[in-house]
Amino acid sequence: MVPGNASYLQCKEFHAVVTATGISSRGLVMATNSLPGTGVHKRQFLREWRKRETLAAWLFILPALFGFVVFFAFPAVRGFYISLTDSDLLSEANYIGFENYRDLAQDDNFRHSLWVTLYYVLLNIPLQTFLALVFALVFDRFIRGAGWRSILLLPWLMPNVVVALLFLWLLDPGLGIVNEGLAAIGLPRMSFMGSVEQAMPSIAGINIWRHVGYTTLLVLAGMQRIPRDLYEAGALDGASEFGMFKDITLPLLKPIMTFVLVTSIVGSFQIYDTIAVTTQGGPVKATRVIYWFIYEHAFERYNFGYASAASIVLFLILIIISLIQMRILRANESDLS
Amino acid sequence: MAELVEIAEVVDEPALTGSKTEKRRRFRRDTRTRDKAIAWIIVALVTIITLFPFYWALRTALSTQRELLSNPASLLPVGFTWDSFRQALGMETAEAAIASGASARTFNFWRYLGNTILVSSVVAIGQITFSSMAAYAFSRLRFPWRDQIFMIFLAAMMVPGIVLLIPNFVLIYDLGWMNTYQGIIAPAFFMSPYAIFFLRQFFLGINREIEEAAYLDGAGYFEVFWRLIVPMSQGPIITLSIIVFITQWNDYLWPFLVGRDESVRVLTVALSVFRAQTPQGSPDWPGLMAGTLLASLPVMVIFLLLGKRISRSLQFTGIK
Repeated sequence: MVPGNASYLQCKEFHAVVTATGISSRGLVMATNSLPGTGVHKRQFLREWRKRETLAAWLFILPALFGFVVFFAFPAVRGFYISLTDSDLLSEANYIGFENYRDLAQDDNFRHSLWVTLYYVLLNIPLQTFLALVFALVFDRFIRGAGWRSILLLPWLMPNVVVALLFLWLLDPGLGIVNEGLAAIGLPRMSFMGSVEQAMPSIAGINIWRHVGYTTLLVLAGMQRIPRDLYEAGALDGASEFGMFKDITLPLLKPIMTFVLVTSIVGSFQIYDTIAVTTQGGPVKATRVIYWFIYEHAFERYNFGYASAASIVLFLILIIISLIQMRILRANESDLS
Repeated sequence: MAELVEIAEVVDEPALTGSKTEKRRRFRRDTRTRDKAIAWIIVALVTIITLFPFYWALRTALSTQRELLSNPASLLPVGFTWDSFRQALGMETAEAAIASGASARTFNFWRYLGNTILVSSVVAIGQITFSSMAAYAFSRLRFPWRDQIFMIFLAAMMVPGIVLLIPNFVLIYDLGWMNTYQGIIAPAFFMSPYAIFFLRQFFLGINREIEEAAYLDGAGYFEVFWRLIVPMSQGPIITLSIIVFITQWNDYLWPFLVGRDESVRVLTVALSVFRAQTPQGSPDWPGLMAGTLLASLPVMVIFLLLGKRISRSLQFTGIK
């Protein structure tokens, strides 16, 4: 970083001149023209200076770039390649073209896992988003002070595994307190994660509990950018809270809702930890989501090629969903910006 | 706004008592009070629903297994005992545990805690150091393909974890790093697109004038980064470090795949193994809940100390 040669010193002087004139590196070309000396020198200074900045920049991004290439870019390409083979980790992999994809298209279990995942997303997202909107509204319009707000964050900070175990106990068919509560008010006991019908709603409920606070905070951040005087004007005109929510808050919340919905839907397609700890895909195949399908094929049957193909298909589905969502929700941007 | 209405009322009161305007105002104030009451009820419910599972875990962990079977609904611990915690913390021998009704599985808490702290700290330190360096280059330095490289980094955020999981597993397997710390740590050690994005956002907001004065004084790029940029963004860097630390602490699938061995097992993996070992019929709930609470204790401490700060930062990134 501190080479002692002449060109470095020249550059430094040049840099000093540039910065002294109040022009940042952006205005470099203009700055050179105001310097004394011949054009050749100017160009040389400029080149040296840029070279030095480029070199520094590459040194700064080098470790991150290394990590990116080795653990993101290369695996992404390799993942696609593995999906074109019959890799099983132990024996030599053979290139088999798109056969895995053709098999997937005819695999009832794969289709089933996609439907189950979609079912989970539909159980999860609408209720979670609705609750987040309500909570954010409550905090924005009525409750000042960040203390109450940060309680919302607690479940989100907990490991999925911890949350899953807490609810496994709360929802236990035999001894769980929720069933005790149901029995106390005269309702029938439920088996929750033990039953085919209730397993997925239970998982969705658990994840709503974990994520609704986080989502609320994001929505709240969007709400707090809405100018207060709009509400004051609304109140003076005799608008109800609900009316103001519908006509002021919601329309101005579009950008943040796009962000929240895209990230939470993409996230909930990737539900795994909770299921791994509680139902393990069961009962029968009721919670056999796409992640579980991929996990099973890769790490229990060592069918890496097939599992990779499924993960690539999931990736494509998520891209398509994100694009559609952004299209719909960005159709008319917030009036604020 | 409430104050405004009240002031207006005080001013108008003598002239308008009993008038239509006054009635409408009172009605509006009443609905406002009613709405506020509803709001507080919602907040109270949310708080209870958020905290109850933790309380219930604590109550269960402090109960005895046998008493629990006969009295599942008592709000207080039944047959109060610290045994489950003592057993989880390795303060009690297996024989004593069996005698008190718990199963004799080994839950090597201190080992798992040490592993988790090690893995999470190394990941947080590496990821934040290298990500902030890259974020500095992306936000301040000009070099060829800067914006293209940054966009590619961002695009990586869209790739679902499982696409990278299988090839990364194969890579770690080929390197012979199964059941090693480096195997668990490596993929998250060098960067995360999220961290670079988050930090770049902050760096862009820092005033350039101080930096330019430093360059004028002959400071090099690294000096400016280390002596100026880093200290000036101390707050966000600490917050992000905590988020990265907790994310790593909570991570389950990756350490489960590459680090199941007792010697490198982290808490989340240990809990799921512990749970998988419990007999389906009557799991050792007090033991399981004690382990669960202990595994989440550090996160809870961080939450109590820094919850407000984290929630503010999340809102910041949410908007951008």
